[in-house]
Amino acid sequence: MKTELMSANYAAAHAIVSARVGVVAAYPITPATTIPEQIALLSEDGIYKGEFIRVESEHSAMFACIGASSTGVRAFTATSSNGLLLMHEALHWAAAARLPIVLVNINRSVSPSWNIHVTHDDSYSQRDTGWLQFYSASVDELYHTIIQSFKLAEDERVLMPVMVNADGFVLSHTLSTFDYLEPEEVDKFLPPYNPPHWVMDPSNPVSHGNIVFPEYYQEFRYAMHEAELNAYKVYQEVERDYKRLFGKYFGGPIDCYKCGDADVLFTSLGTVGSEAKDAIDQLRAEGYKVGNARIRMYRPFPVARVRELAKRAKAFACFDRGLSYGFGGPSVNDLRASLYATEYRPLVKSYLGGFGGRDITVTDIKEIILDTHKAMEKGDLGPEETWHDLR
Amino acid sequence: MVNEVNTEPQNRKQMPKTSYSRPMIGSTGKTGSWRIFDPVIDYGNCSKCRTCWLFCPEAAISIDEDETPHIDLDYCKGCGICAEECPKKCIAMVRSGETKEAPV
Repeated sequence: MKTELMSANYAAAHAIVSARVGVVAAYPITPATTIPEQIALLSEDGIYKGEFIRVESEHSAMFACIGASSTGVRAFTATSSNGLLLMHEALHWAAAARLPIVLVNINRSVSPSWNIHVTHDDSYSQRDTGWLQFYSASVDELYHTIIQSFKLAEDERVLMPVMVNADGFVLSHTLSTFDYLEPEEVDKFLPPYNPPHWVMDPSNPVSHGNIVFPEYYQEFRYAMHEAELNAYKVYQEVERDYKRLFGKYFGGPIDCYKCGDADVLFTSLGTVGSEAKDAIDQLRAEGYKVGNARIRMYRPFPVARVRELAKRAKAFACFDRGLSYGFGGPSVNDLRASLYATEYRPLVKSYLGGFGGRDITVTDIKEIILDTHKAMEKGDLGPEETWHDLR
Repeated sequence: MVNEVNTEPQNRKQMPKTSYSRPMIGSTGKTGSWRIFDPVIDYGNCSKCRTCWLFCPEAAISIDEDETPHIDLDYCKGCGICAEECPKKCIAMVRSGETKEAPV
């Protein structure tokens, strides 16, 4: 392990080398562009030893990954925003074909209006494709989560593709130190991918994607759901092994900071959850018992962990940087739904903001947490949903 | 067929993670039942040129030893491409149930 200084995108490209990926198929789109760009350079320099396929669209990129993964090779792509949306059909296909592809999505707003900065609408809108979803808050976390994702995706109890998200520009283009692992070091953690089921092999042909009538279709979908639920537990094993081998740990499905005795918990996805630690420290210094619960794993949704937190916390301030139009913040709705069947009834307040890359600073986060804290003290929920900093 | 051994599983424990099967004739059953129009070859005019055999998208046409084409009605979906492509125009599309393949 050695310390490197790179942007998140360059670190992501280096994760492909560390994980000995066999095929990368990618199409450029800001702000993900510098990932395939860097992989192409690493390929030219002979550092990345797999194939690099230059395709004509993101739809083709994902189908090229599907073809590659079907032959039993480790496959990767990276994209953003409209590019991810163009992959939509292929995302469903990859999940239902049970192919352990890993995709890095650099979160970017969807147009119109044209905007290259962060909103989580792109990945939120792919929530129901079957892809596991992680959100990262640092360069180091993105790099290591990519490597962990291959292990998780290739586990026979899971065998589902994984999307690792990072906020456009805020993270993708920000330089930071991270701990790079050589492929020889990662070998101890991640053995070569050995498909435990069908493989596309011309010398031993099978038909895949063939017609399945109502007698069996439902069972295949149930198996995907079961696999996704398994991933919650398997990921914790993956993290345990990773920590043992490399000393790296990013907090599990929900990264908790000072949650233990907290009355109010701030939840969010992505880099806001990193900024929030400073807000928590400042509020703690002012005497508020508050904590930061950063959601790293969004699919499968960490229901069990949310319930553990709700057992003690009196209120949640849930921040979403994306929206289900007509029903509000996706992560807050998942959190509320996780608690309905339990006896826990903390106040849950929803906050929407930071769209189109609008900056969310420590001051903004403190304001949000204090708003929930006030509601908790009054014992009155007040508005269920608040748009933060709405002109 | 949903699995490698081309059998019909009794429960989900016997099912693979995703559907796939070995190549076989009729892996999704007798798709000829989907047909509305039957192709009927007028063997008196047939020149045995094999154009129908070449164009059939379902590979439901076979050629026997004396090069006569035969259409397997278990799998012919009645698309009519053979009738369209036949240079002698000697394949008629007849509503199913109103005829049988003419004897050779």
